[in-house]
Amino acid sequence: MSAVPTTPSLASRRRLGDRLGDLSLRGLTLASALAVLVLLGAIVWKVVDLARPSISKYGLSFLTGETWDPVKKVFGALPFIYGTALSSLVALVIATPLAIAIGLWLSELAPRGVRGLIGSLVEMLAAIPSVVLGLWGILVLGPFLAQHLEPWLHDKLGFIPIFGAPEATGTGLFTAGLILTIMIVPIIASICRELFLQVPGELEEGAMALGATRWEMVRGVILPATRTGIAAAIILGLGRALGEAIAVTQVIGGGTRISSNVFGPSDTLASKIAASYQGAATALESSSLLYLAAILLVIGLLTNLAAQVIVRRFDPLRGGR
Amino acid sequence: MSAAAPHFSLQPSGRLRRRRIVNRIMEGVGTGAALIAVGVLGLVIVSVAVRAAPALSWDFLTKPPNLFGGPGGGISSAIVGSGLIVLVATAMALPLGVLVAIYLTEFAPRAVAAPIQLVLDVLNGLPTIVTGIFVYGLLVIGHAQSAFAGAFALGIVMLPLVARAAQETLLLVPSALREGSLALGVSRWRAVLGVILPTTFGGILTGAVLAVARAAGETAPLLFTTSIFNPSVSTDVTHALPNIPVLIFTYSEQPDKALHEQAWGAALVLMAFVLIASLTAKALLARSRSKLGR
Repeated sequence: MSAVPTTPSLASRRRLGDRLGDLSLRGLTLASALAVLVLLGAIVWKVVDLARPSISKYGLSFLTGETWDPVKKVFGALPFIYGTALSSLVALVIATPLAIAIGLWLSELAPRGVRGLIGSLVEMLAAIPSVVLGLWGILVLGPFLAQHLEPWLHDKLGFIPIFGAPEATGTGLFTAGLILTIMIVPIIASICRELFLQVPGELEEGAMALGATRWEMVRGVILPATRTGIAAAIILGLGRALGEAIAVTQVIGGGTRISSNVFGPSDTLASKIAASYQGAATALESSSLLYLAAILLVIGLLTNLAAQVIVRRFDPLRGGR
Repeated sequence: MSAAAPHFSLQPSGRLRRRRIVNRIMEGVGTGAALIAVGVLGLVIVSVAVRAAPALSWDFLTKPPNLFGGPGGGISSAIVGSGLIVLVATAMALPLGVLVAIYLTEFAPRAVAAPIQLVLDVLNGLPTIVTGIFVYGLLVIGHAQSAFAGAFALGIVMLPLVARAAQETLLLVPSALREGSLALGVSRWRAVLGVILPTTFGGILTGAVLAVARAAGETAPLLFTTSIFNPSVSTDVTHALPNIPVLIFTYSEQPDKALHEQAWGAALVLMAFVLIASLTAKALLARSRSKLGR
């Protein structure tokens, strides 16, 4: 009855074109996806390769070496691993409760009218470039801390060794920790807010109907339900704090001594690389700095993998689809 | 009829009173925490703006730095350099990111998508100084610093952001659209390029703007790739170009007050750009969401 209004040759040509189009789009996108895998592989290989002279000289004892002395050509990473751990610890101790409280406030308490606005402002805190935050840290926050907060803490709590004598300039590990706090609070807070919003409303209403106060509902229902997610958020924040180079370099003061005084100058893995690379005098020194980068890379990979494995269990976009 | 009214006190007492007080305190803590965050944001913005005010002038934005330091001079060369570097980085990261997102949402079987997704997320969390070191080893050692190397490093930082944004938007496309076009006999590639991708334009643009905002403030990847430069205005990406983040960083490490003032001015310019870009992205996102009916 009805003839197909195309000649056979035209139809087959179109089919060929479509098959080629399908194939090339699939091929092109697959190649791009593979390029991402290759990119990460290349980063790992290149950084380790650059550090090779120092790796072959020191091996793993580099990790426990306590001295970093370019004059005597002795290099060890322990002061910087210590500085990284301590500054991130300061940041996490302050940021975690603050960020969870902000997440709870945004998801449960905030009046509808300001919820979106305050949420955006908190996220905007994460958008401030780290170099600007560092500039503010070195010229505004540091001097303020040195004149007011640090002497006071040293006076009142000086018997605890971590509150040692403050630096006159206000640069030091504690200032770096505070700057890192500002950087990771919005990260942890916005993940927490999303988590808290995912808790089923029936559970929350059920708790309220049983007579729980809002806080009891939070403590009894929301926090237990989102525990693992909060852990992942904290690890993601930690990853950011461990790897931040610029702002920390600006405020941490620079130093290679391991000291319990949080007000003293120090260096993290990332800040040491950023501060010293231009001035590296010998090949061994620069490859040792790159060894620090390799350590940082491994730490960065591990924290991110850990966080992602946990996140995957929750995020509908990722796992569980 | 008038049985004695039961003696309920409507005033909370004892345990209930304590629970209510604890509740109040915790509510106060939450509100206080949110206020602290907003307060810090305000404090940083205001103190940058106040300190930048004396430096800001038309000349500051349109003149290159004074060759021998000292007062006067501006940051025009750094603005041009930063703009170029971010532009080249976007030109590299945007197409690649969109292609990766198309593969992940339209083609990939789950077993293949999962590891690629993981690698993208890990790449997103990698310390940017490591990215800088990688590009330094790849493009700078044996050659010289160049704006292109800096752009390549920033492109790596932007890639996972762009890919993630594109992917999220692609997932929002109603499957009716996808199925409808396939049912009409449209081939897969035409459906993707002609029907699906155009609806995601807004979302991808948002992601690109956010990634640009993030990249514009990144310093660590540029420190090893384009930090030793001639301060005059240039558009040659095969040489190291002055740029705003590195300028702020180097000036902030100097003891010179005049340089600090310049650093504050540059910081205000950078921050204004980043914040305005983020706000624009948010507005775009709201628009494209409402268009897709979500």
